[in-house]
Order: sequence, then C-alpha cells, then structure tokens
Amino acid sequence: MTLSALRVAIIVFPGSNCDRDMMVAIEHLTSRRPALVWHKEASLDPADLVIIPGGFSFGDYLRCGALAGRSPIMNAVLDHAARGGAVMGICNGFQVLTETGMVPGVLIRNAGLKFTCRNVRLQLCETLSSPFTAGLTMGEDLTIPVAHNEGNYFADDDELDRLEGNGQVAFRYVNSDAVGPANPNGASRDIAGVLSNNGRVLGMMPHPERAMSKLHGGTDGATFLLKSLEALVS
Amino acid sequence: MNAASDVMTFENAAAMGLSRDEWALINQRLGRTPNLCELGIFSAMWSEHCSYKSSKKWLKTLPIDGPQVIEGPGENAGAVDIGDGLAAIFKIESHNHPSFIEPYQGAATGVGGILRDVFTMGARPVALLNALRFGEASHEKTRHLVGGVVSGIGGYGNCIGIPTVGGEVNFDKSYNGNILVNAMAVGLANSDRIFRSAATGPGNPVIYVGAKTGRDGIHGATMASAEFSDETESKRPTVQVGDPFTGKLLMEACLELMASDSVLSIQDMGAAGLTSSSVEMASKGGLGMEIDLDLVPAREENMSAYELMLSESQERMLMVLKPDATETARAIFKKWDLDFMPIGRVTETGRLILLKDGGTACDIPIGPLVDDAPEYDRPHGDAPVRVQLSSADIASDAPISTVLKSLLGDVNLASRRWIYEQYDSQVMADTVAGPGGDAALIRVHGSKRGLAMSTDCTPRYVEADPKTGGAQAVAEAYRNLSAIGVTPLAITNNLNFGNPEKPEIMTQLVESVLGMGEAARHLDTPVVSGNVSLYNETDGKAIQPCPVIGMVGVIEDVDHAAGNRFVADGEDIFVVGQSDIVNDGWLGASVYQQLHGDQAIYAPPPVNLDAELKNGSFVREQILGGSISAAHDISDGGLAVAIAEMAIRSGFGADITVPQAGQLHGWAFGEDQARFVVTTANHSALIAAAKDAGVEITKIGKVSASGELKFGASDAISVSELGVVFEATIPALMAG
Repeated sequence: MTLSALRVAIIVFPGSNCDRDMMVAIEHLTSRRPALVWHKEASLDPADLVIIPGGFSFGDYLRCGALAGRSPIMNAVLDHAARGGAVMGICNGFQVLTETGMVPGVLIRNAGLKFTCRNVRLQLCETLSSPFTAGLTMGEDLTIPVAHNEGNYFADDDELDRLEGNGQVAFRYVNSDAVGPANPNGASRDIAGVLSNNGRVLGMMPHPERAMSKLHGGTDGATFLLKSLEALVS
Repeated sequence: MNAASDVMTFENAAAMGLSRDEWALINQRLGRTPNLCELGIFSAMWSEHCSYKSSKKWLKTLPIDGPQVIEGPGENAGAVDIGDGLAAIFKIESHNHPSFIEPYQGAATGVGGILRDVFTMGARPVALLNALRFGEASHEKTRHLVGGVVSGIGGYGNCIGIPTVGGEVNFDKSYNGNILVNAMAVGLANSDRIFRSAATGPGNPVIYVGAKTGRDGIHGATMASAEFSDETESKRPTVQVGDPFTGKLLMEACLELMASDSVLSIQDMGAAGLTSSSVEMASKGGLGMEIDLDLVPAREENMSAYELMLSESQERMLMVLKPDATETARAIFKKWDLDFMPIGRVTETGRLILLKDGGTACDIPIGPLVDDAPEYDRPHGDAPVRVQLSSADIASDAPISTVLKSLLGDVNLASRRWIYEQYDSQVMADTVAGPGGDAALIRVHGSKRGLAMSTDCTPRYVEADPKTGGAQAVAEAYRNLSAIGVTPLAITNNLNFGNPEKPEIMTQLVESVLGMGEAARHLDTPVVSGNVSLYNETDGKAIQPCPVIGMVGVIEDVDHAAGNRFVADGEDIFVVGQSDIVNDGWLGASVYQQLHGDQAIYAPPPVNLDAELKNGSFVREQILGGSISAAHDISDGGLAVAIAEMAIRSGFGADITVPQAGQLHGWAFGEDQARFVVTTANHSALIAAAKDAGVEITKIGKVSASGELKFGASDAISVSELGVVFEATIPALMAG
C-alpha cells in the first residue's frame, strides 16, 4: 500500500477546531484528503486510521471530552479499535480517548490553572510495538506545541507503574529551550502521550499538525505524523 | 398600546441616560409620550455607544476611501482588497465597562462580539488581537483584573478556535478604576461574497437565529455610555455572559448558510441586541420591520417587550432570507442544534412595529431613531502647550546596561509571555508570527500570501499632545507592519476617552482624531471601521486618552517576511532614520522619564509623517529585496530596548558603538520616531539603497555570538541576564 491509499477518518464534534488543521496536515503528507466524519453518524467507513482532533468538543462543558465520548460516532470508533484499528487522539481527542477508556488515565486541569500555548520538547520513551512510534528512535526528541487547559495527565502510582512496565508511555516532556518548565501542565511522571495496551491507540496532548513546516517554526510534527502513516502503510 | 401605567415621564428617560432635550425630541417625533419599551429603544439607539452623538462630527473628518477599500465604516466591519479576489474584513471594539465589573465575562463577550461582527459580513475569522490597559501594578484590583481579562479573552478565542496572534498591554494609574479591553478580529472572505445588513424586499421573512434571549446585559449600551461610580459594581446584571461553544456553532452555521445563497441581509445582535439589529437593518434598507415578540426564543419566562428588545444576550443574529430559502436555512441550523425562528417580516411602512401578547408593544417610525439621533458639537478648546524636556535635565551617568536592565523589568516593557501563552495563537495552523513580534503575521489559508496586523497606541503621548499622539498611533502601527516587510492597507480605530461633555476631554478627542486622520491620509491607510468608547471615568477622573489603532496589511509571500530577532553572528546593525539625535534624544514623555518618577507632562516626540512614509517604505523594500535580515521598530524605551529585545529573542549578543560625545541616555533611550533597528549581511547594498532613497542610516554595531550586549568598550551585560529580568516581571506581578 502507498501513503495515498491510506484511508484516514477525522471525527468532527461540535466545537472541534483542529479538524481542518489535521485534515490539511494529513493531506499534505499523503496527497489524499481524509474523510471528515460528523459526530451524529452512527457508522464509520473502513479506515486505516481514525483521528480525534483537538478543540473544545461540546464546549468542554461538563468535563473535557465527556459529551463527545458519548456521541453516536464513538460506538463505531470503539468497534474500530476493538478490531485492532489504529486511533490517534490529539489534545481534546486524547481527553475523549480517556473518557471512553480507550487509553488509561485521566486529564485534569493544568497545575498552573492556566491555559498554556507554547512549544514543548517530547522524548520518545516507549518500548511497546506501535505504529505511532515504530519509525522513531528510542530517546528521539521532538519539538511540538501544546495548547490546552486540561492536559495534566493523572493516574495512580500502581497504574503508572503498570503503564511504564508495559511500555505504554509513548512520550514524556523533557528539557526544552522554551522559557518555562519542561512539563507544561504538571502531568504525572511528565507523561505527554500514552498508548493502549495493544499499542494501536495513541492519546497525546501536543499538536503535531501545528509543526508541519518552517513557517510553523518547526517540522517535527510532520516527521512524527509521516512516520506513523508510513508504519500504518507497511 | 400597553396599559396607561406604562406611560413614561422625564424621570424614566433620565434614568436611561437621556437629556431633557432628547426627551422632548422623542415626544415631539412620536407626537405622544413613549411607553417603556419605546423609551428603552430610543435611549439605546440614542446612547453614545450606538449613535456616536459626540464623536460623529469628528469621525467624518477621517479618510475612509482608497482603491483598496471595499467597505468603509457603517457596516458591521470594514473590508479591504488583499488581492486574489479576497477581502480582509476587520474591526476593533471596546468592552471596557463590562470587563471592569466582571473581567472574565466582559472580556470573553468582547471577543465574541467582535467575531460576530466579522462573520456577519460573510468572512471566516482568522485572527484576534487586543489592546488592554490596566491600572498600576501595585493597585489592589490590577492582578484580579489582568487575570480575569486574560483568561476571558483566551476562554472565548481558544474555544471558538480563532488564534489570538497579537496585542498590546500597558499599565497606568489612570486606569485603576476604568480598564480598557479592546478586541480586534480579522476575517477573510471572497470579495464578491460580502454580506451586508440593509433589509431588502418587503414581505421577506425576518429570522432570529442562535442562542435564546435572557435577561442578561439589559441596557448594556446605556451603561457603556455613562461614567462609572463606586456603585457601578452593583451593575453586574448588565454584563453579558459569553458562550463560545454556541458562538462556534453560530459561526459555522452562518458561514454554511451564507455559502448556500439564501441570505439577503444579516446583522449580529451586539450592543442593544434586538433593538439595534432590527432598527439598523430596516433603516439601511429604507424600510420598516414588524416583529412578533412572542416568537422570540426566550431563555426565561414572562420577559417583557422592554426586556426582549434590550437584552444583550450573546450569540444571536437577525437575518432577512430569500422568501424560498427558509427550509434550507432551517435544516442548516437544525444540524448545528441552534434556534431558528421566523419572528417577523420586512415592511414598507418605515416603522418598527412590535407585537406582544396580542397587542402592539411598540409602534415608532424608524427615521427618528437613526437619522434624527442627536449629534452634538461639544465644546472643546486648544490642547495645552507642553514644555520640551531636555535630556540633559533628566539623564544620569549610570551605565546604559544598568538603566536598560531596569527598563526591561518595568511592567510596561517587560515580556508579555505570561499573558500571550494563555492564548491559543496557533489554531488554524496558519500563524507565521504570533505574539512577541512587531506585527502578527498569518498565512492566507492555502496560499503564500500573508496578512499582518498590529494594535497600537501610546496614551502618554496622547495625553501630552493629543494631535501628535493620534498621529503617532497610526505611525507606530505603520512601522510595526513595515518592520516585518508588510504593506499597510487600512486601519480600524477604537477611541477610548473620558467624558466628552468636559471640554478638556473633547479637546483630546478632537485633536487626536485630527492627528490620526492626517497620518492615515499621509500613509494611505484609510479608516474602514471603528468604535468609540467615551465616559471612561471613575468618580470624575478620566483615563489617559487611548485612541487605539488596529492596522492590517498584506505581503505577497510570507517566506519573505522578516522577524525582530537577530539571525546571524557578524551581521551589521544599522539604525534607519534620523541620525542626528546623538546630542539630544527625545526623553520627554518617554518610558525613561516614567522610570525616573518625573510626573510632569512634557511634549512627546514629534511625528514626521514624511519620514515615517520614507523610512517605513525603505525598510519594507529592503526586507523584500533581501538586504535586511531582521528589523524592529524603535518605540517605547528607545534604541537600547529595541536592540535588547532583538538579542533576547535570538540569544545572540551585539557589540554596539556608543557616541563619543553628547548625551548617552538620550541616544540610548530617546523615543524619537520614524526609526528602526535593522540587521544586514550586505551592508554596502543597504547603504547604497539608502542613499538612493534619501534615507538616513547609521551603522551602530555588529551581532555577536558572545551572548553579551556591549555598549562601547567598558559597559557590557549578558543577554541571558537581561532575558531573566525581562521575563520575570509579569509572572511576579501575577503571583502577588
């Protein structure tokens, strides 16, 4: 299969606002426009990758990702994941994944109690086999922006030990050149992204679709997305 | 008509902010006494906020035309041609009083309101900016207000998914009791698909869409037209509540509907809600409107006609649809789970007729509401004459680096990172230069073209000399755009002043508008939209006058834009602009003067519009031609602060040659206008080009990899040390 044969679906909730950005990023890398799937749909056409984009689904009222997690389309996404399908949730998408239990843990209010938008440096630190990390080298750094108010990853110590033991921690925040602490939100053990236990579902706070070109100030997001897509092709 | 108990008296009118003459005029125009609802409508439409009654005479003197102008003042926002068949649609608007009373909601709804103004025109909003003024850092309310306003701006903009890419923030004690929160939105539309508000076609349906109407913000426009007092905080119920999620749905639904060729005219319900939207649509179309208020989607029970008409509930729109488009439109709004309700029709009567509970709640002619709105030529005088401060009278012998460190840590010059990192500046993935640059730059989606914008005003200059200050705000915005290589196109303005009934305040308004007009004419940046906020006073004390300029410009290829950080070791550093200031740089009305605690008001630096045009054009052309690698306009804090910012943002140092004779502090910290710091890898080409253009340039040093900023042989300071000072101030202020 070639990249342009890859079927990517992006779920759109009312209040999603990074759906277009992700669509543009994926199309840029694959030359094929992903399908945008409205939350009221009850089924999903076959897809090689489902992406839940960033934004403020349902205004983040009640709890971030809570209402989106109960949208009709999410049953289809859960089925897709249950069949071993690949799913990536970015920012609000990560919150939706934790709400549906597709990845472990929860995302709570940033430790600084403020929305934070800036570059962070991520380090690949998993050992689990996953299409989202297969193309990267252990210890590799990526500089990608975050923009969130509830990105503080939390799980109890037993759960965190278990995730680390399974190699499900995909990315951690590490020292950056940016002004401010490496960890932008107080996340437990500096966790920026986690995998499901089969490695096929990734949730991460940083926005790779915002680091796609020199104009964005960096291309590490494109590197990460491209390697993920290539791994899904092979 | 409603019951006789509903008949109003002058006391009722006075409570709504109307004068005795205005009350008499209403009675005369109606030929009877108005009822409560009618009086409310008159008072809102004739409020300063809606009628511009004190400023109109002077706003008319501003230049509004040019080949680039598609839509000037009068619509929801202005529009300029940016090429490729596209229009930039933009406006700035104040939400000062609500933000002081309830900072989060006040600021959030300010953002929501200005976004609606832009997407009402058929434009997808692509950028947000702001201009904020707070009281002095030590004032007890400042922290609370800064925290609330910043999170409110972020709360709305981040959620709706429009990047907040720029702005300016200053602190001064004159804002202790009356902060300024001005929000600007910029959108993009096809030039031939711009929507306007004039109602057309008698009989066509008038549709209400968006959120339901509640009892929030009732008579907000009138509150915005009165002075503050200690009791104003009891007016919290007049503050609107924002719902950015509904705002996002409304934006998407409206843009989807506009693409379907169903809409004839559309107007957002902003200040004075259903009143101003219905009256303005009817008035612009030269028609009338009949609305059945029982059909208005209400959030609360038993709302009166007065409450329904004066509510400023957010996220609502009024539109006139093509007669056969109702079902298409209804389906779109159903998809987005928004209210969609035909509530009336366009009529030929020229009257606003409101039905309620089987009766007529209001029947008034539209003409007097708009055309007969009072227009005042308020008394004003000459601006005070200010003494010029000689730098020798204030400058000390302290090393430049020592003063520089103090200035960079001053709350008015320190890094705004704590603020702008709370704004999503990157959503839409087209941000090329976000906050922290001279101007913000975004890419026009799917192209190489760039749109740049900046908000600017230096209130202490305006206070000292309103005409110069008004011109300087335009000139500084022009420099900011030029410094990144962008051609300025047009401006929007937000005139924030005190009580215009006081001649000294009116003088500030008149003179600064005249200065602004002169600069806008000279620099070919006509005014296409704007807003006036008067009565910014608390207990009789006025704010420092703050006529904010929001400027928009275009660049063909964003790859050619320059930044304001040093880019390479060894590059030459030049000053573009007046080179003979070595002996007496302009320290009057400068940040340097403020730092010295000198409270006197001296003459601000003069504005030479010929020099602004020539030097700005030169910098722009040399950036595009490749001879200038980085540029930064010289403004608050002067040359040394500009150099330090370029160093801090890059990590590079610089070796600066200081003048051998003359007043060093005047040279380093003087705020003489029409100047830039630029760097070049090709100094001979730059010098030759300057000679050809008749522009003065002076080499002042070189970029270095030393990590130190050196002023001459014996004065040096580490850039990282300056960076720490620069970054520490606002976080420390906010930590309390």
